[in-house]
Amino acid sequence: MDKLLFGDNQFFGINHMSEEKARAQAMRFQRTDAIMDVIDVAYDAGINTFMCTTHERIAAIAKRIKADPVRYGDFQFYPCMPYAHKYANAVTEHGMIGALKEFMPKDGLLATALTGTKALATKEVDGIAKVLIDMEMKMFAGTKTPVVFVQNVFTDLLLGMGFTRALRIFDDHIREKHGAEPAYITMNMPALLTALEKEGIERPIICSNINKIGFRMSGGYDAYLDALKSGRVRAVAMSVYASGAIPADEAIHWISELPGVESIVFGASSAGNIRGTKALVDKYMGEAA
Amino acid sequence: MSDKIKIAVVGLGKMGLSHFSMVNAHPKADTIACDGAGFMVDVLSKNIATPIYKNFDDLLAKEDLDAVVIATPSRLHAPMVGAALAKDISVFCEKPFCLDWADSQRLTDLATSKGLVAQVGYHYRYVGAFAEMKRLIDAAAIGRITHIMAEAYGPVVLRPKRTTWRTDKAEGGGCLYDYAAHPLNLLNWFFGIPDQVMGSHLGQIFSEGTDDEVFSTLRWDNGPTAQLSVNWSDESYRKMSTKISLIGTNGRLYADRQECQAYLRKPVDGLDGHDAGWTVKYTTELTDECWFYLRGEEYSAQLHDFIEAVAAGKNGAVQNDFASATQTDRTMAMIIENAETGQTVGEARATAPTSAAKKRGWFGR
Repeated sequence: MDKLLFGDNQFFGINHMSEEKARAQAMRFQRTDAIMDVIDVAYDAGINTFMCTTHERIAAIAKRIKADPVRYGDFQFYPCMPYAHKYANAVTEHGMIGALKEFMPKDGLLATALTGTKALATKEVDGIAKVLIDMEMKMFAGTKTPVVFVQNVFTDLLLGMGFTRALRIFDDHIREKHGAEPAYITMNMPALLTALEKEGIERPIICSNINKIGFRMSGGYDAYLDALKSGRVRAVAMSVYASGAIPADEAIHWISELPGVESIVFGASSAGNIRGTKALVDKYMGEAA
Repeated sequence: MSDKIKIAVVGLGKMGLSHFSMVNAHPKADTIACDGAGFMVDVLSKNIATPIYKNFDDLLAKEDLDAVVIATPSRLHAPMVGAALAKDISVFCEKPFCLDWADSQRLTDLATSKGLVAQVGYHYRYVGAFAEMKRLIDAAAIGRITHIMAEAYGPVVLRPKRTTWRTDKAEGGGCLYDYAAHPLNLLNWFFGIPDQVMGSHLGQIFSEGTDDEVFSTLRWDNGPTAQLSVNWSDESYRKMSTKISLIGTNGRLYADRQECQAYLRKPVDGLDGHDAGWTVKYTTELTDECWFYLRGEEYSAQLHDFIEAVAAGKNGAVQNDFASATQTDRTMAMIIENAETGQTVGEARATAPTSAAKKRGWFGR
């Protein structure tokens, strides 16, 4: 994995500090051109990986990348699935089964199984999960996707319920069918690591908040540091600036000295912030970032 | 004796699944799930260690429960909460509490008489920015409050033809119960039950069976007047957004999920850190870390308080007790009655002394 990954929250009206700013960003980035302009700044600064939700609008970005293989020769996506609001809104609108059917190929055997009255066999449930993963991956066909993440709301919902077998299904399917590394975003890294190990998943790639002030590090700051030091996890750090609470230089310097952190993911919309973060990562984590 | 409590999460729909996940992850919870037969029960019972009951009566008969979380369609809240309380089980009920506020009152009295922990899931009271707003109101930061705008918008019903219980009024669905309940519950927290409700409109946009938008005017005697504006058919919002604006004699307060903005005309004694002018506090800085994070600290925190209160043998909820949720059920009943009859609900305010219209000269202001 690259040392620095570019995130996508800023493009989709997600801001943990202000609804007003979130809306202003949604307005600024409603055209694909506006998103591409910022991605180009990041790519030209040497940030080759775009870690992004499987939001409908990412399809247009993937199309642009595919259309210009000379310009984007080193460009790669780290898809994060599923886009939770898409499913949550569909469940509100269609109910649980209706929502599943919304996202399944209409003519498949599994869609037919869902309309039946008999209980689904385990094999069928696994099949549905795999079909849903494939549907989410469709927009990336023809691009490089070496690492594929499960979104945190989904990871953590399954983790809390103890339904971690679903993560094992994901793990196997991403390796076997898509030839990529499975990975997990979570807000509860220490607990997830233990659960994944119980599923036989060793040294998983886990993306979680890791920052100097312990902001949204559920399970406790010490447990995070212990997990990192243990060498059992390949960590991707997000919220390294803790929503702006930590000065950039101090934040990156601190992260660079932690064992186990392989990458940092960050989101920014201004060229200054993008280049600034890249320069800090080069300075503290090595030129090869 | 184990310090764990035995707790069942009943209803595995959208809210129930999320509650189940958080409760199941709580170190003090020994968790059981319960839902009618269906796809989710099917899948989960084959894949997780937690026992899942398919029948609520069986659950109550066979398990010696300390607590239940009721997250079934709203129509079922009253009978299920009643059955649990009758067996001396503490209850966390998803909002809205009961569709008939007489049930809400009866169950409040029952829970109180039994000394049980009885809480309702109005999670906005656990959002740092709204708690800060409450603190500032109680400290009289903006003086006498006269003017309130209470809003909620989001993208739930965006086209005709829908089939779930959330769109069926008889089941407790609709924009009033689902969305408006939240800003109303915050107003009840700040100011109590309104004395009069007027100008209510429960409008349909795409739904056939229920309301998609709500307007109302709420008045508190010798207190503020509030405009309620709620719409769940607004795609411009990524998810539900609730916001409250207050204007008083000493300034203005605004809060949403992320931040609380205060404008004070003059500093107030006993309120440190608030000079004249703007002070903004963010939920991120106002919020404690939680044991397990799924979808926002507020969801974790309300369940944490409930579980801890039951485990500690407390005889009431820390926040959002049944009595407070009953206020919201009563307020919603007033809005429904007002919308149906067109008549102001509640005692009319004593009319202000009418000053005879004074004839003014061109410059006599």
